[in-house]
Amino acid sequence: MRKYSPKDDVQQKSYFNDRFYVTPSLPKTCPSSDETHAEDIKVFGDKFNVIESYIEADNLVIYINPKANVDAIKFLRDELDYDFLMELSAIDYIKDRGGFDIFYEMLSTSKHKRIRLKCFIEEKQELESVESIFKMANWSEREMYDMYGVNVKGHHNLKRILMPDDWYDYPLRKTYPLHGDETAQWYEVDKIFGKEARDIIGPEERDQAAVDRYDTTRFARLGHEVDFGVDITDGKEPEHTPVSYQEEGGVKLFGKRLVKELKPEDSVTLDKRR
Amino acid sequence: MAQHKVNYLQDGGAPIALTTIDKIVNFGRSNSLWPLTYGLACCAIEMMATGASRYDFDRFGTIFRASPRQADVIVIAGTLTKKHAEYMRRLYDQMPDPKWVISMGSCANTGGMFNTYATVQGADRIVPVDIYLPGCAPRPETLQYALMMLQKKIRKETVFRAIKKKRLV
Repeated sequence: MRKYSPKDDVQQKSYFNDRFYVTPSLPKTCPSSDETHAEDIKVFGDKFNVIESYIEADNLVIYINPKANVDAIKFLRDELDYDFLMELSAIDYIKDRGGFDIFYEMLSTSKHKRIRLKCFIEEKQELESVESIFKMANWSEREMYDMYGVNVKGHHNLKRILMPDDWYDYPLRKTYPLHGDETAQWYEVDKIFGKEARDIIGPEERDQAAVDRYDTTRFARLGHEVDFGVDITDGKEPEHTPVSYQEEGGVKLFGKRLVKELKPEDSVTLDKRR
Repeated sequence: MAQHKVNYLQDGGAPIALTTIDKIVNFGRSNSLWPLTYGLACCAIEMMATGASRYDFDRFGTIFRASPRQADVIVIAGTLTKKHAEYMRRLYDQMPDPKWVISMGSCANTGGMFNTYATVQGADRIVPVDIYLPGCAPRPETLQYALMMLQKKIRKETVFRAIKKKRLV
């Protein structure tokens, strides 16, 4: 339990400084603690330059040189029997280290083990595509390019996969604002109506609780209808706007009542279901 | 002729229902609203349920049409993303006048919980909306109610007005 401290001055002082929640990291153990992984790292280490390796949550994590990524994945598949590339993507460390951590999650269905191959690249550095080894990398690398702007080399069709082709900037970078930059905020208006329509349509309403009761262009006023777009501020609102509908008063056709008029005084409330 | 003789003394004198052009045209329009078969997200599942036999949209004269050229109503059922906004507007433009729009669910109304860079913050930034239906996702009953509200709105309209441009374009 967290130690109690009196917070009488809670309004004046902020007690929590963390801008973002920082997840506690899991304990890391030596690769030799697991029999299979110990052998894997030994065979792998003979062939490639391993910068760092450890076991985290039963996953063997290996940091390698980014130039060796294609060979390493091919080696893991062919020699060490890691036959699935489950996932690959990037992590934004531009602010701290000026680049991305690229990770490849791999699974061996024969050994029932998982490996995470990681490498660090600079922001503009090229990363060789692994599409030729695992077909799965096709869309994942496109997503990585779309969301982080990682420069993938050797991909046969490198273009955006989720965002539109003419989108500006990479939305999953930590520097990207959640509500979008200016081009993002006006994207649909610029594209459909043109930039000159920005004044007519106005900026986006980002306040989730915004309600304008005097807005007669967008809010229905059932039972108190007014004409479209009239000004009803400052006491110009009518007391009550009687509106008669076609079906009120029943429907009469050729002298016969198809739908009876509702008379509240004649209606009966049943005590129990019939 | 005796059996079929018109009794001019009964029911105001004639087997004729007198009405106005507005009422007869709006009677036709409001009772044969054809929405476009167009769904974006989970609201579309509720829209499909509304069309299916339990809720039975057909009894309002509402039959989904697979072409915007034959549709009067477009139900924006789901999250409208910025990438898709252009195509939604194109479908709306292809519909013949008179046409109406129901914005179904929080996402289409205001962007809903997707207060992010990729979502249009309210479909009324793209097309003029007639009925805003709240809910996440709205139940089929509420979509029926929205349709009935739209019918009421149509029945109040006058036929002879010059086609008044709605907001935007």
